[in-house]
Amino acid sequence: MSRQKYESPTTNAVGLGFWVYLMTDLMLFATLFATYGVLRGNIAGGPAGHDIFSLKLVFAETIILLVSSLTAGLALLSAHAGRKTRMLQLLVITGVLGALFLGLEINEFRVLLADGHSWQNSAFLSSYFTLVGTHGLHIFAGLIWLIATVWYALKRPLSPRFMQRLTMFSLFWHFLDLVWVCIFSIVYLMGVLA
Amino acid sequence: MIFASWLGKLDWSYFWHGWVQFGGQIATVGGALTILAALIYFKKLGWLYRNWLTSLDAKKIGVMYIVVSVVMLLRGFGDAIMMRLQQILGSGGGHGFLSGDHFQQVFTAHGTIMIFFVAMGLMFGIINLILPLQLGARDVAFPLLNSIAFYLYLAGVILVNLSLVFGEFGAVGWLAYPPLSELAYSPGPGVDYWLWSIQIAGIGSTLSGINFLVTILKKRCKGMTLMKMPIFSWSILATMILLLLVFPILTATLFMLSLDRSMGMHFFTADMGGNAMMYINLIWAWGHPEVYVLVLPAFGMYSEIVATFSRKRLFGYTSMVWALMAICVLSFFVWAHHFFTMGAGGNVNAFFGIMTMVIAIPTGVKVFNWLFTMYQGRVHFDTPMWWFMAFATTFLIGGGTGVMLAVPAIDFQVHNSLFLVAHFHNTIIGGVVFGYLAGIAYWLPKIFGFKLHERLGKAAVYCWVTGFFTAFMPIYLLGFMGATRRMEQFDPALQYQGLFIISGIGTAIIGLGVLLQVVQLGYSIWKRKELAAGHDPWHGRTLEWSVPSPAPEYNFARLPVVTERDAFWVAKHGGPALYSGPFKDIEVPKESGVGLVVGLAAAVFGFGVIWQLWWLLPIALAVIIGTLIKQTYVEETERIIPAKELKA
Repeated sequence: MSRQKYESPTTNAVGLGFWVYLMTDLMLFATLFATYGVLRGNIAGGPAGHDIFSLKLVFAETIILLVSSLTAGLALLSAHAGRKTRMLQLLVITGVLGALFLGLEINEFRVLLADGHSWQNSAFLSSYFTLVGTHGLHIFAGLIWLIATVWYALKRPLSPRFMQRLTMFSLFWHFLDLVWVCIFSIVYLMGVLA
Repeated sequence: MIFASWLGKLDWSYFWHGWVQFGGQIATVGGALTILAALIYFKKLGWLYRNWLTSLDAKKIGVMYIVVSVVMLLRGFGDAIMMRLQQILGSGGGHGFLSGDHFQQVFTAHGTIMIFFVAMGLMFGIINLILPLQLGARDVAFPLLNSIAFYLYLAGVILVNLSLVFGEFGAVGWLAYPPLSELAYSPGPGVDYWLWSIQIAGIGSTLSGINFLVTILKKRCKGMTLMKMPIFSWSILATMILLLLVFPILTATLFMLSLDRSMGMHFFTADMGGNAMMYINLIWAWGHPEVYVLVLPAFGMYSEIVATFSRKRLFGYTSMVWALMAICVLSFFVWAHHFFTMGAGGNVNAFFGIMTMVIAIPTGVKVFNWLFTMYQGRVHFDTPMWWFMAFATTFLIGGGTGVMLAVPAIDFQVHNSLFLVAHFHNTIIGGVVFGYLAGIAYWLPKIFGFKLHERLGKAAVYCWVTGFFTAFMPIYLLGFMGATRRMEQFDPALQYQGLFIISGIGTAIIGLGVLLQVVQLGYSIWKRKELAAGHDPWHGRTLEWSVPSPAPEYNFARLPVVTERDAFWVAKHGGPALYSGPFKDIEVPKESGVGLVVGLAAAVFGFGVIWQLWWLLPIALAVIIGTLIKQTYVEETERIIPAKELKA
């Protein structure tokens, strides 16, 4: 083929397919964001955002997720440099940070439910739990993927197939980071401002 | 509390509804058991599993899509016959044979099945058959993903048919507007069947979209730049861009309605701040582009057919590409014309009305291009060309009534009337169904090696066209006379019955056309030796006609090199040879049961949500995730066809 030049894991067919998948996921989040935007004022006599959001907690969550994105990127760089042990260490750190983030989010949900602010109480709470919860589910899926990736790499060399998958995982993790930044700004910051 | 019962909402009372429903139950279960028994009796179960169900050959997956779609077409058509009969009886003073609730389930099932499980299935089927061949590629970009997507579609089909046997289907119309579709007003499992059958099938569609988009962008043969690509492939590129942008909206919207129903949320409920109009906006932000997802591939098929049977280059190739892309963009700006009566105000309605008229322009460009392709061509009137001419006249009328409906002032008068029903059947039958039937008649020889019987095919076209006009012109009139859609009874004093009877006769004529096509298929299989196609039965222009019929598993023994548009036509008429150089070993994807497992687990997951068997969900999810992770350990996903075999 004329285009038989080297194609990196982000521009070959698999990489392109994964990019396209990420864009569809972005459309899914866009729909949830739009719904949240329309319904955020519909509090049905219950609490509004500024009554229940804690910026301190969300700031901690944000820092944790941003750092985990950094370690995921560094893990990919280590893999490119052929340093497998370093890569595994960084992936484990990424996983721990991701789990920590998820734990904080679950705890936040638990406290809201304990205070009687369930998703059944207003359209605002429904859309809030769904938007943030869908992001959390993605993080959970990413953690399963991460465990599978580490397990796979333990006894195997860093083959091109593995590098392809690690690249895609890294893209996925950065993507979730990006969505989180939008959640942070649109849900929490704007919620507290209002 | 949520785990109160291991059996969730399952209850034996959902088995018995009445004698009419019993007929459906018997037909579904009986049909499935008969097929199974026949497979066991003829010892074909293993053959089916090895050669078809686990195959990753895109052409075989395409054939499976088409087989399932045709079965669903017969079911959806059965629903149509029931509705016609009920309205004939119900407009003459009688009660008819369907209760109000049952009639509502029937029209919901009819719309859902025809769009999601017939039109989408046929579309993916034909794309699978032809797209890689047209691009000069050996396969799609992701063969296993292709199989998984097919089985997710099949999981939706299974759930829809299960609703016929056990439980009920939604009684809410094919788009299940809330608050009617909320738990408060539809407490049974019917809406959940609707939700999860199309949710699972829709995720399959998104996966297919990724697959075909990447196939087009990455797998084209050497020399085939985008602007040398056949127009059918272009139409699929446009379709997949649309599909990938809008199906996630559908997924999210259905997800939210499902959360309302299963988790007690308040997105679209009538209380606690829910906003039903949000749902209607979102579902049409998917729904209107979806119409173009269905019709653009049909436009692509007509473009190939008209050029081939006119023995002429397609007129205005570049303008065709631009028209496709213009439709692609414009289709995002028309969704509110589905609810002009919502009360969004005059300016909003004016904008969407004008945009709706604007989108008729690129569509008109395409129609004129087809006509100019025929002009001064040497037109050969084979069956696919007959379908095209049936389309050109029928679709013109459908488009005309569409422009009428685009005027908000007119829309206010005929909104939700049978005029609307007649309009969209006019475009979908005339545009989509005729197109896909043309596509099947045109490309089937490439897949099975024989042509379909010509005279039976033409007789079927006759029946479809006369049947269509007899069935739907009275529906237009009834709409003008004020008949509302989705009614099972009309006051006999309105004197609608005569027109309903004419419409019923039209449906019977369409039924005759369907019957003729079944006979045509059977007869053609019987006489397949006499009808043998050879590699180029229509004097074709594009790459798929340069390989033997039926096309081999690997599509191309040597990969073609293309220098022009209509590469095969050019090569036949003294242009540079398509194939040169030595034969090399070919890798083809190995059979895999992963798609089957994932699809069945997805069906189980859907069944679990519908009946609130919550314990079933983690099991089904674990099977899906475990199967996919296990797949990452499979190193040998391909087998080799050695070069020696190719030369023979």
